[in-house]
Amino acid sequence: MSENYRGYRGPALATLQEYSAQVWSDVEIHIGTGTFTGIVLPRSETADPHHIVIKLRSGYNVGIEATGVEKITVQGRKEAHYKIPEKEFPFDPAKPRVKLLGTGGTIASRLDYRTGAVIPAFSPGELYGSVPELADICNLETEKLYGVFSENMGPEQWVGTARAIGREIEKGVQGIVIGHGTDTMHHTAAILSFMVQNTPVPIVMVGSQRSSDRPSSDAALNLMHSVKTAAESDIAETMVCMFGPTSDVYGLLHRGTRVRKMHSSYRSTFRTIGDIPLAMVSRESIRPLRHDYHHRRQDRNVTINTAFEERVSIVYYYPNMKPDIIESLVDNNYRGIVIAGTGLGHVNKPLYPALRRAQQKGIAVYMTVQTLWGYVQMYVYDTGRDMMELGVIPGANMLPEVAYMKLGWALGQTKDVLKVREIMMTPVAGEITEREPSNGYLIFQGGIPEVEEFISRYRR
Amino acid sequence: MAFKPFSEMTDADYAAVGFRSGLEIHQQLLTTKKLFCRCPAGRYSEEYNAEILRHMRPTLSELGEYDGTALMEFKTRKEIIYLINRDTVCTYEMDDTPPFELNTDALDIALEIAMLYGCAMVDEIHIARKQYLDGSIPTGFQRTTIVGVDGSVPFKDRRIPIVQLGLEEDACREVSDIGHRRTYRTDRLGMPLIETVTAPEMRTPTEVAEVAQLLRRVVRSTGLVRTGAGAAREDVNVSVTGGTRIEIKGVPRIPDIPLLTYNEAMRQWNLLRLRDALHVRGITQSSFRSRTEDCTKLLRKTRCQPIRDAVAGGMLVHGVALYGFKDLLRWPTQTDTYFSREISDRVRVVACLTTLPNIIHSDSPGETLASSEWQTLRRTLAATEEDTIVLVWGNKQDVTTGASEIALRAKEATIGVPSETRQALADGTNGFERILPGPERMYPDTDLPPLRITRERLDRIRADIPEPVWERERWYRELRIPADCIEPLSISPFAPLFARAVRDWGVHATAAAVILIQLPKRVRRRTGVSYAFTHEQMSEVLRAFRDGVLAREGLPATLEAIAGGAHFSHDTAPPPCTQKELEALVHDASVTLQHNLRAPHRRTAALMGIIMAGIRGRAPGRTVAAMIEREGKEARS
Repeated sequence: MSENYRGYRGPALATLQEYSAQVWSDVEIHIGTGTFTGIVLPRSETADPHHIVIKLRSGYNVGIEATGVEKITVQGRKEAHYKIPEKEFPFDPAKPRVKLLGTGGTIASRLDYRTGAVIPAFSPGELYGSVPELADICNLETEKLYGVFSENMGPEQWVGTARAIGREIEKGVQGIVIGHGTDTMHHTAAILSFMVQNTPVPIVMVGSQRSSDRPSSDAALNLMHSVKTAAESDIAETMVCMFGPTSDVYGLLHRGTRVRKMHSSYRSTFRTIGDIPLAMVSRESIRPLRHDYHHRRQDRNVTINTAFEERVSIVYYYPNMKPDIIESLVDNNYRGIVIAGTGLGHVNKPLYPALRRAQQKGIAVYMTVQTLWGYVQMYVYDTGRDMMELGVIPGANMLPEVAYMKLGWALGQTKDVLKVREIMMTPVAGEITEREPSNGYLIFQGGIPEVEEFISRYRR
Repeated sequence: MAFKPFSEMTDADYAAVGFRSGLEIHQQLLTTKKLFCRCPAGRYSEEYNAEILRHMRPTLSELGEYDGTALMEFKTRKEIIYLINRDTVCTYEMDDTPPFELNTDALDIALEIAMLYGCAMVDEIHIARKQYLDGSIPTGFQRTTIVGVDGSVPFKDRRIPIVQLGLEEDACREVSDIGHRRTYRTDRLGMPLIETVTAPEMRTPTEVAEVAQLLRRVVRSTGLVRTGAGAAREDVNVSVTGGTRIEIKGVPRIPDIPLLTYNEAMRQWNLLRLRDALHVRGITQSSFRSRTEDCTKLLRKTRCQPIRDAVAGGMLVHGVALYGFKDLLRWPTQTDTYFSREISDRVRVVACLTTLPNIIHSDSPGETLASSEWQTLRRTLAATEEDTIVLVWGNKQDVTTGASEIALRAKEATIGVPSETRQALADGTNGFERILPGPERMYPDTDLPPLRITRERLDRIRADIPEPVWERERWYRELRIPADCIEPLSISPFAPLFARAVRDWGVHATAAAVILIQLPKRVRRRTGVSYAFTHEQMSEVLRAFRDGVLAREGLPATLEAIAGGAHFSHDTAPPPCTQKELEALVHDASVTLQHNLRAPHRRTAALMGIIMAGIRGRAPGRTVAAMIEREGKEARS
C-alpha cells in the first residue's frame, strides 16, 4: 500500500484513489445530505476499511463511509509536521551534569497515525522545548537507549541499561534519570538495584501516568522532580520518582526494591510497600523521610553485575491450582520459581508432588506473599513446614516481582542452589528488611469518619 | 463620527458597519448519567469532601502547532483547585481514570437533534480533545465529537446554516479566580451537552436573539434536554467590516444578546478608528515604540494610594511609555468604556493582577500622581507630552508580565482588533477573557476508538423524531390558535397530543391549545403548584370536551381538581345538565337572589355566578345565560 494512502484499505482506499484524494489532501467530500470540508488524514491500520477520516476546518476529525460518497474534489494539500519545538539546551558551567537515559514511555510523546496511539519523542532540545524549567536545575544530556513500551522491557534492555548507567557514572555525571513506561517500572527498578551496586550518584527512574500530550500531564513535574533529585539529592540509590498525591504538589522517592505500581491509572500509583518512602521531592526542595540511605560520594567506584538467568517464573497461586502448572515449568527446564502464595505463604497439598519433583531437579523455589504486605512465615501452619520439607524457601518480605528479578540475577551468577540461596537471602538493596515499621502498612479506608476528616483537612 | 446609541441604531446602520454574528449554543442533555463515566448528571451541590491541585501546560496540536490561547494561559501560571464531591465526581473527572464508553443515550439525543437540523450525519465519530488551559476541565481538554455538519434552520425569508453539531462534556463551575489561584466546583463537569454552531449569518443584534430563541425551541421540542438556570448557554461571535471574529462567552440569557452584540460591534468599530488615528500619527506595527523601566524608587513617596500601598507592601512599580499615544487611552471603545480598559483587562488576566485598579496612566482625567511625579517619570522614560505613561505594580514576575502585556496590547492597537475570547458582563459590555483559540487546540483522543454510527441506529432514531418546530409553528398559525400559545406549544411535550386531538379526534384547535397550554399555566398561577399533567389526563379532558361532557367553563375547575389529585375520565364525568335541571337551578337561584340583591342591574351577572359555580362545567355558559334571560322576561311579564 502506498504511503499516499497510508492506512487505507478496501472500499475507502478505492474511493480515495478514484478521486486521487491522497492523505493530507484538502478536500470537499460530497454525500447526499451535505458536504464535509477538510484534510484527509492517515487511517489507523487497525480501523475498519469502510471510512475516510478527514480533519474539518474546525479541527475535529470525522469518519465518512466510503459507499455514501458522491464526489470528492481536491483543493490542495496540507501535510502535518509534528515536531516538538527544539531549542538548544542551555549550558551553565555552575550546574551539575545529569544524564537522562530513555527506554520509552510517555515523558515526551507524539501521535502515531499508524496505530492512533502516542509514541515517545525525546531529545534534550525537545525536552527543553516542552519543559524549559529543566535548564534551571542542571545541564542535561540525553541518550535514547530504547523506544519500547514498558511491557516490552526484558533482560536485553535491563542489561543494556545497567551497562549504560555504569558508563555514565564513570564519565562523571552527577546523577542519572531513566525515562521508563510505568507498567513495569518497578520490575526494572528492582533489577537495576541488583545489577548496579554501590552507586556514588542518584539513579532515578521516572515516567508519567498521563502522557505528555495532555495539558494535565504529570510528565513535566515528574521530570523536574527526578532531574532535581539526580542533580541535587544526597541519596545514591536506585529510586522511583513519581507523584505522591494526585495533586501537582510533590513527588515521592521510593527505594527501587520496595516500590510497586498499585493503581492502573492514578497519578499517585507508585507506593512503597512494607516501609516508608526515602524522601519527598518538590520543585523547591528534597526532604528525606529516613536517614538509612546510601549517601552520595565523589568517587566513581560502581559495581555493575549484569548476570541474568531468563528461565525463572512467578506462579501466582490460587485455590484449586493443579500441579500441572508447576509440572510444566519443571518439564520446560525452568531453573527458578517464585510462588506468590496465600496468607503467610501457602499453596494446596495437590501441588506437593510437583514441588518435590522441582526439588529433585535442583530448581530454586522461593515463597513470597500475594498479600504484598508482610513476611512469609512458614512455621506457623503445618502446610508451611511441609513445603519447606519440599525445598520451598521462604523469601521474607521480598515483593513477588522483586524476588523474581533477584532470583534471575542470582541464578545468572551461579548454578549452585546453596550459593543461590545465600545471594537470595542476603539483602543487597533493601529488598528484605529486618523489621516492618507500623507505618509501613497504611491503607486508609474511605468512609471512616476520622479518615474523611483527615482527607478534608489536607485535601490532596 | 461616533457610534450611535443602542436605541437609535437601525438595520441600515448595522448593514453600514458590516455587522455579522453567529451563535454557538451549548445545551445540556437530559440523561441520568454523565457522558464518559457513570456519575449522576444534573446533581449540583456546594458541599465538597476533597480538593485537588493541578497546573496546566500547553501541548502540541495534532498538526504540530501550539495554540495561542494555550500559551497565554501558560503565562498566567495559575494554580487550579478542584473541589470534589464524592457523590457527583469519580476518578474519571479527576483525570485519574481513562474514559468509559460514550453514554449512548446522550449520543442518540445528539443524533436526533442533528437530524432535526437536516445535518449531513457523520458515519464514524471520532472523539477529540479540545484544549482548555484555563483549568475548567481537569484533563486540560474537553472530550468532544462532531455528529453532524451542514444543516440549516429557516429564519425569516432565508435559512441560517448550521455549521456543525457536536456532543461534548460540560466543564466545571468557577468559584473564584484571585491572583494565581483559580477554584472550580466539579459537579457539572462531564455532563453531556450539545454544541450547535451557526454560520455568521445574523445581520442585526435582534436577529441574533431571535435565532437563539428559535434554536432553543428546536432542542426543547425533543423533550430530551435540560431546562433551568445554566442548562443552556450561548457563545456569540461578532465581527464588523475590517474587524475580527470575536467570541463572547457564556451569555446566560438570550435577552442580553442584543446589547452585548451591539457593544461588541461598537468596540470593533472604535478600535478600527483608533488604528486609523494611530496611523495618522505615524504609529504602525513596525514603527510602534515603547519602553519599560522600574520606577519603584521614584514613587516611594507618592500620595497616590494604590501605588503607595504597593510600594509599602514590597511590590515593584513598572512604568511603560507608549510613544505618541497621548490621550489615546481615553479613546472610547464600548458604552462608557475606554481603551485603557483593554489594557487593564490584559494585565488582570495574563499577569494575574486582579485587584483593581491595576494600572494608572497619564491620560487619565482624574487625580492620579502629582504632576511633578509624572514629570520625573517622563524624564526617566525619555517621554514627552506627546506620549502616554502607564504604571503597573506587583511582585517581580507579575509586574514584568504586566508591563510586557501593556506594550503588547498597545502595539496590537496599530493592527486593529485582536482575536480574543471575551466574557459577557452584566452591564452589556464585555471584557477580555483570553486569546481566541484556533483549530490548533484540537487533538484526537487516543483513549477511545472511533465509533461507527450504523444505519440501523439512525433509522431507529429517525422513526421517533418530532417534526421540526418551525413546521409545527407554521401549522399552528394556519389553525389560528392564540398567538401566545404558538411557541410554547411547539416545544411542549403535548405537541404530538395536540396534533392528534385536532387531526384525529376533531377537537377545535383553539380549544385544544387553550387546554394544553393556557389552562395548565392558569392552574399553576392559582394554586402556586406546577403540576405535570400526563398525556392520559389531557387526552381524557380533550375528548370529554369534544363530546360536550365537559363545557368550556368547567375546564379550569376540572384541571385544578386533577392537579389536586382528583381522578377524571371521560366515562365517569358527570353528564351535562338537562334542560329541566337547569330550569330548576335558575328558578332556585332567582328566588335566593330576590331576598339578597341590592343592585338589581347586576341581577344577570349574579345569577350566572351562582349557577355556573353550582354546575361545574356541566352546561355551557351561553345556554345558562339564555335561560336566565328568558326567565327574567317571564318574571317581568
